[in-house]
Amino acid sequence: MTQAESSQGTEQVPLIEARGICKYFGAVTALEDVYLKLYRGEVLGVVGDNGAGKSTLMKILAGLYPPSAGELLVEGQPVHFSSPRDARDRGIEMVYQDLALAGNMRIDENIFLGREWTRRFGLLKLVNNAESLRRAKEHLDKLKIEVKSVKQRVEDLSGGQRQAVAIARATAFDARVIIMDEPTAALAVKEVRKVLDLIKDLKHHGIGVILISHRLDDIFYVCDRVMALFHGRNFAEAPLAETSRNEVIGWIMGNKSPAAQAAKIFDLN
Amino acid sequence: MATTTPDAQITARERSLRVRLIPYVDRFGILFVVLAMILIGALTQPEVFLTWRNLSNLPGQNAANAVLAIGMFVVILTAGIDLSVGSVLALAMMTTAVLAREGFPPLLLIPLPILIGMAAGLFNGLGLTKLRLPHPFIVTLGTLNIARGLGNLVSGGVPVSGLPEVVRFWGAGNIPIGSIQIPVSLIIVAVLYLGFFVFLQYTRTGRHIYAIGGNPQAARVSGINVDRTLVLAYVLCGAMAGLAGLLVAGRTNSGFPNAGIGAELDAISAVIIGGASFFGGRGSVLGVLAGVLVIGLLRNILNLNDVQVFWQQVLIGVVIILAVFLDVIRRRVGSANE
Repeated sequence: MTQAESSQGTEQVPLIEARGICKYFGAVTALEDVYLKLYRGEVLGVVGDNGAGKSTLMKILAGLYPPSAGELLVEGQPVHFSSPRDARDRGIEMVYQDLALAGNMRIDENIFLGREWTRRFGLLKLVNNAESLRRAKEHLDKLKIEVKSVKQRVEDLSGGQRQAVAIARATAFDARVIIMDEPTAALAVKEVRKVLDLIKDLKHHGIGVILISHRLDDIFYVCDRVMALFHGRNFAEAPLAETSRNEVIGWIMGNKSPAAQAAKIFDLN
Repeated sequence: MATTTPDAQITARERSLRVRLIPYVDRFGILFVVLAMILIGALTQPEVFLTWRNLSNLPGQNAANAVLAIGMFVVILTAGIDLSVGSVLALAMMTTAVLAREGFPPLLLIPLPILIGMAAGLFNGLGLTKLRLPHPFIVTLGTLNIARGLGNLVSGGVPVSGLPEVVRFWGAGNIPIGSIQIPVSLIIVAVLYLGFFVFLQYTRTGRHIYAIGGNPQAARVSGINVDRTLVLAYVLCGAMAGLAGLLVAGRTNSGFPNAGIGAELDAISAVIIGGASFFGGRGSVLGVLAGVLVIGLLRNILNLNDVQVFWQQVLIGVVIILAVFLDVIRRRVGSANE
């Protein structure tokens, strides 16, 4: 931590960096030579049309898919993730678009899934439910997320509450990078604001956040920088202050600027 | 993040007795069915049903199904199925019987069938996870045939009778406690069910099995090794099939190649009657025990009342459908507030 702080003035080492990432599914090219950098306390918006490769890139960063080619670095160190567990061990968490929650299990069990609290019982290591419930309650309180009881099953929760549980899981341990894939897509207006404010909160704690969203309102509310993918490649990137909604919409459609658009039309002819 | 429903409505609904009873009916409903059956048994055959002679038969008659069912339960929790357990039971039993005849050391005959069962389970688990066969139905259907065939091959298709004392003890022995004889099979089932209860409720791997049944993707992205956990589930199920083979061999003092035909269906029935979801992630060890008891008591009561065996089958079919139908109704009531 101190190392990162002291280097803040000078050239920072990115929390996570992707270099020349390619991903092929059989004959399909999902990503081709993609670069990405994310710094401490930064919110990076990733935009692109359906099929642009956003989710695939995020799943590579989260350790769910291995890249076909290219390199991942965490705080300057080359890493190789063979499962989401490796990524989580490095402090990289992801909130999936479908939330990836087990509806049949309690809220606390979902938050600590794969990292259960245990205690020794002679030779046996058993799940410590009291600890799990207490810690989950504590954590949700910290995030200002209200639920009736952490003992509730996730399937009994509303969409917003489920989203909150998914975020709570990503933040339950010392995450350094949190990737959110369309976290607001299924939410009511009031809930969207809460999620976005939560992202701002995370940012202030020095966590790096990557936000995929189709909603430009979200991007322009929380992001520091925005990058666009188009047909599986880096297309454009800019600090938020130096771009506009219209330009970003153009990027999503594959247009760099009015001039470039004209050139493209000219090319086609 | 608040729901849109007014709080007052929620609390009013929650205060109603009917709604507050749901979780208890959910958990213990099937036990009332067991109690009702005991009552019916006692009322229709007052001189026989509740005697020690009748009741002490139940563990022996139902131990194999109880053991198969608890293994099947683990697999069903992962949203899987194991159709091979009946055949694996026969393979384990025949191998044990044949080796016993050939003078294999009797003490090694106890772990042997369990190891055979585990090997079959490993085969199923690897077929599912490594060969990526689309559904466990397929690989276990294959194993059903393979194990049945192998069971016939090792014995030449003929029964073997007369087994060492130590094998008979596991299936038919009694341990005297005070003035009563406790069947060994009852003790085995009790220890196993307790062990599986602790395993599934209180170990990380046990919870992961529930999580995989609930949402395998959630388990995977949480860093759970889903494939390894699935293989373990099938190995446990296979181990139980092997143990069931040992119990049946001990009880009948023989090995017969047609043993366990259709046993997988009884085991699945017990699990489903006990309230486990066929789609994984739901159910309890207590429920499975109740499911085994419902089937066992039904057969016992119908036998005592001289009901034809064909009618027994009809009734068990009706009970399966009724049990799941009650489950459907229960869920509909339970989720009515959505």
